[in-house]
Amino acid sequence: MTAAGMVIVGAGEAGARAASTLREDGYEGPVTLIGDEPHAPYERPPLSKAVMTTNDIGEPSSILDADRLGAARIEHLAGRRVSRLDLANRLAVLDDGSVQAYEKLLIATGAGPRRLSLPGAGEGGVLYLRTFADALALRGRLRPGSRLAVIGGGFIGLEIAASAVERGCAVTLVEMAPRILMRGVPAEVAQIVRARHEAAGVRVMTGLAIERIERRGEGSAVVLGDGAAVECDLVVAGIGAVPETALAEASGLAVENGVRADGALRTSDPHVFAAGDCCSFPHPLYGGRRLRLEAWRNAQDQGATAARNMLGAGERYEAVPWFWSDQYDQGLQVAGLADAGTRVVRREGGGASLFFHLDDAGRLVAVSAIGPGNAVARDVKLAEMMIARRLAPDPAALADPNAKLKALLATSPTIAAAA
Amino acid sequence: MSNWVEACAADEVEEEDVIRFDHEGRTFAIFRSPEDEYFATDGLCTHERVHLADGLVMDDVIECPKHNGRFNYKTGRGKGAPICVDLKTYPVRVEGGRVLIDLG
Ligand SMILES: Cc1cc2nc3c(=O)[nH]c(=O)nc-3n(C[C@H](O)[C@H](O)[C@H](O)COP(=O)(O)OP(=O)(O)OC[C@H]3O[C@@H](n4cnc5c(N)ncnc54)[C@H](O)[C@@H]3O)c2cc1C
Ligand code: FES
Repeated sequence: MTAAGMVIVGAGEAGARAASTLREDGYEGPVTLIGDEPHAPYERPPLSKAVMTTNDIGEPSSILDADRLGAARIEHLAGRRVSRLDLANRLAVLDDGSVQAYEKLLIATGAGPRRLSLPGAGEGGVLYLRTFADALALRGRLRPGSRLAVIGGGFIGLEIAASAVERGCAVTLVEMAPRILMRGVPAEVAQIVRARHEAAGVRVMTGLAIERIERRGEGSAVVLGDGAAVECDLVVAGIGAVPETALAEASGLAVENGVRADGALRTSDPHVFAAGDCCSFPHPLYGGRRLRLEAWRNAQDQGATAARNMLGAGERYEAVPWFWSDQYDQGLQVAGLADAGTRVVRREGGGASLFFHLDDAGRLVAVSAIGPGNAVARDVKLAEMMIARRLAPDPAALADPNAKLKALLATSPTIAAAA
Repeated sequence: MSNWVEACAADEVEEEDVIRFDHEGRTFAIFRSPEDEYFATDGLCTHERVHLADGLVMDDVIECPKHNGRFNYKTGRGKGAPICVDLKTYPVRVEGGRVLIDLG
């Protein structure tokens, strides 16, 4: 057992970022990063994109490789799971029975794919995508001409569909909800995404019940509520993620749609923090509403904030939620929480569409945007800054592609936070 | 050895903004600061080779459009994760309303 120091459980985006932030902020004691995957911390977003389309990618894209872990004196225990915490004695108990003492500990255990609970969906009948190993297994079976059924029209399902088309597969996407991208994206944007997939040859089916998955010869069939079947060689599901709370539960920490943390990312135990996909926290920009985000930048930023707070900074986490998705030649970005808005203002220009979401007071609470490549990035960033500053920009100016958002950022009035 | 090439007209770049300049298979970013000075860097982010000209310029910082990596475009210095490699910069001069950069 190394001397007590900072221990991070989960060597993903949030854990890796926390470990490097501890060093950047001058912490000199031991830093131990424990993760159950065999790799050094790596990026997950490419798994459904470049890793899926490029056969020569044989290694994940490292966030911190062995050299950088060594240079930062971060001890990385790979392939090891923490089974529970002894909170009273500040000990982490590993799966092999060994223990690791900690001064402060971060739970950054991420989330896992939600499993389909349908007859026939068990025993390898359906593939999922979360890890590099999952990505290689799926890629190996996406051959030109093979028929893929994707269950779930969220980001992961849609990105897999786009990558499979690029690999020459015939793709059918089945979504049980009335439309794709029900969570976090307005109908207008979902419609643009759907049209792009259909133009690429994806058959998109929405609002359908699924009865079961059947083996048929070498392949499978997704049997729908009306008895019709989608015949295919392979079924993959992207129906959301479940926060990985096993460790928190085994340790007696509060859990509420994720590991429950306060505004400074501290859990119900004062020496234990949480960050990333596993963490539920109150967001000051949205009236303290409790959120759990599954997004790359949130994992990065929460990892950094949690690390500083492990060192006593007492910083409140208030970054604007933000994520992107790439499908075909299109880039989609959302900043803020679209469902906090009651009114949508649309702006068009340069092949891109932006939707500004305003609340009843006229405050900008979110922007959703889609366009070629990274065309929407700059405007989304400016809107994000307006969201962070609680600004109420003039809707007519938002709708006018010639009105500069930078000018609106400088001149729009602020809406005070409710007491 | 210097190798000055003409990148663009000075008024093609707005104040506190950036444009992309492609030359002989390479790509550069040409910046105009809020103080009306011009700067040039490599055009692609050192993280995942995305065009920086799609990003946002605020003061002396360019923020990458992909994962919000930030660089000081005057010095090329990267400002923390996910950036671990600085951006190469190039000398710039403005002559007769044209922006010239020295590719060395
Ligand atoms: C295919 C895919 C594509 C994505 N694309 C995008 C995108 O385009 N844009 C975007 O914004 N976001 C995207 N995301 C989301 C983003 O990758 C996640 O939000 C991010 O990885 C979350 O980081 P994390 O550190 O919280 O969790 P993770 O990165 O999942 O890391 C958690 C780690 O902890 C390990 N672990 C769990 N329990 C234990 C334990 N008890 N002991 C030891 N180790 C444990 C897990 O195995 C895992 O390695 C994508 C995700 C996936 C899967
Ligand atoms: S590509 Fe620029 S920050 Fe990632």
